[in-house]
Amino acid sequence: MRQKLARVLGGIAISALVFGGAAACKADSGSEGGGGSNAACDLKIGFFGPLTGDAAGLGIHMRNGTKLAIDQYNKENADCKVNLTEYDSQGDPAKAPALAQQAVGDQKVVGIIGPAFSGESEVADPIFDEAGLPIITPSATRPSLSTKGWKIFHRGVGNDTSQGPAAGRYIKDVLKAEKVYVVDDQSAYGAGLKDEVKKVIGASVVGEDKIQVKQTNFSAVSTRIISSGATVLFFGGYYTEAGLLLKQLKGAGWKGTMVAGDGVNDANFIKVAGEAVAEGTILTCPCAPATAAKGTFLTDYKAAFDNAEPGTYADVSYDITKIMLEGIKAGKATRADLLSFIKSYNKAGTATGVTYKFEGTGELDPAQVIVWAFKVNAGKVVPDVEIPKA
Amino acid sequence: MNFDEFFGNFPALTITGLEQGAIYALVALGYTLVYGVLRLINFAHSEVFMVGTFTALWTWEALGYNQNSPSPAFGALLIALLAGLVVAALASAVTAVTVELVAYRPLRKRNAPPLAFLITAIGASFVLAESFGIGTSRAPFGMPNLIPQETLFTVFGAAVTNVQLIILGVTLVMMVGLDQFVNRSRLGRGIRAVAQDADTAALMGVNKNRVILLVFVLGGLMAGVAALLWNVRYGYTKFNVGFLIGLKAFAAAVLGGIGNLRGALLGGLLLGVAENYAAGLFGGDWKDFTGFVLLVVLLMFRPTGLLGESLGRARA
Repeated sequence: MRQKLARVLGGIAISALVFGGAAACKADSGSEGGGGSNAACDLKIGFFGPLTGDAAGLGIHMRNGTKLAIDQYNKENADCKVNLTEYDSQGDPAKAPALAQQAVGDQKVVGIIGPAFSGESEVADPIFDEAGLPIITPSATRPSLSTKGWKIFHRGVGNDTSQGPAAGRYIKDVLKAEKVYVVDDQSAYGAGLKDEVKKVIGASVVGEDKIQVKQTNFSAVSTRIISSGATVLFFGGYYTEAGLLLKQLKGAGWKGTMVAGDGVNDANFIKVAGEAVAEGTILTCPCAPATAAKGTFLTDYKAAFDNAEPGTYADVSYDITKIMLEGIKAGKATRADLLSFIKSYNKAGTATGVTYKFEGTGELDPAQVIVWAFKVNAGKVVPDVEIPKA
Repeated sequence: MNFDEFFGNFPALTITGLEQGAIYALVALGYTLVYGVLRLINFAHSEVFMVGTFTALWTWEALGYNQNSPSPAFGALLIALLAGLVVAALASAVTAVTVELVAYRPLRKRNAPPLAFLITAIGASFVLAESFGIGTSRAPFGMPNLIPQETLFTVFGAAVTNVQLIILGVTLVMMVGLDQFVNRSRLGRGIRAVAQDADTAALMGVNKNRVILLVFVLGGLMAGVAALLWNVRYGYTKFNVGFLIGLKAFAAAVLGGIGNLRGALLGGLLLGVAENYAAGLFGGDWKDFTGFVLLVVLLMFRPTGLLGESLGRARA
């Protein structure tokens, strides 16, 4: 019985290899002789980020931006399509390696948009690097990601060495806060961002605490913040914990203002905290408001996704996906070709207006980096000001 | 170490710790009741709590409240709270009973070894959490702020709010009620009898399966009440909200002496307060760590927990 089973399994494995190989050959030949243009057909672009879970709100907007770009491309190139493959990491670094292996193993995947968060990037990017699979992240902002020597790494936005100090300057110059409390969630992103903020507002920090991702009871940290007399709280982390912390803090009588980064810059923050509690919160982002994107992006996005407003980084994802699509259109059918195409890219995105030109480390050209402050007003995240460069 | 800050905040940390501990204690009752009778750790109990938080939220949404609603007037508030309480308690009790009927009773009929129960318990917990996870897209949900926190009076400089008093009050009432029920009523006597010696109790005419069902119902009701208090205080739920609460409540039950109702209350309050002190003293990242270190150290010296293991034993 067991022998029989082994034989059957073996048979399946062999036939899978044969057919898989045949399919691969077919794809190769297709890419060479694809009709009039030299575009490569039937390739895949992967989206890597949280589509479910605590931080899904952030991931879904980026996925939508990517999906919109690919759908538009497929409409224009109906005979030679590009497919979107989603890798739902739930924003969890523990889930990322397996998904990255899965993407690497699929030879049709020639590029990845993502990983969306810094924690998952730290574990997934080495796997992509080994396989030479090019990535452009629309949102992972931890500065050290570009210093690890990953050849495949590109960042379509500024990093936290621009976002953090800008948030710090906003606290110092606009809010004019003298007592600031800083809290982070111990994630690669949250802790890093908090450190950058502290460098600017160092003298006015009256206290510091750490929370945990998935923590729900913030009574101890609330007590400490209130007794410190701080009028501003900077929080480095994501929106679920931010919403809960602010809700409990204000419930305990705190009257100050919370400032947080792009990880909180999402409508779900208001959903967790409630409109009254979230009102007046300042959220930064090393990006321009997606709702003020250029060209037809806004109307296209709304038409494609049930009239939803594009959230943080939706426009960035759209533009960087178009970089890859342009490469595929130009016949860059392999990972290596697409990688060198991205490295030499130098053109403005249609939605963000940002000129995408990457440095050797994969960072966006610093001249292109802008940081905006947003404010929660009557239950919506609205653009406040562009924070001037130091 | 922030000793100045810690001693300055000592009263406030105590109060918020007690408040969290009260919720632990109510959930811990479910673990303790089931363990006392079946010698089984019902790991699905954390999901019984989770179901309570969701059903209470849905009830409020059906009544027209969402996370942005202002606090309603007193009459409407009372209706919303009572409706939420009834629905949450019923839903939690039904969930607990379903788990018993689907996951445990068939195993008991076949005389399965204890390990099989443990695995089914964990399995039932996963099935419940994941089905809610899929159904709600794993999203976090905010709740209407039904009772805005207001400071009623201060103790040594620490504000005591109306919500905190409600939580502690309701917990004590539920606790005393349950304790009296188990110790004085006919059904309670049945529970104690089965806990002491199931076979002898059966020979004396106690319907064992009915007693076990009753235990799950009681545990579920307590978890439902805890879920409502949780919603009122923390105003948030998610498919895996039960995991950490369940773990803490289980620890609280063991701390107080699993199988012992009064132990669950003591253990819950102790754990809530100890955690808060640790967070105040060493920082928030040491909070969970301290709770479990406390548990390990205590079990080294008192292996059966603070009050010992006894649902039926001592006061039979």
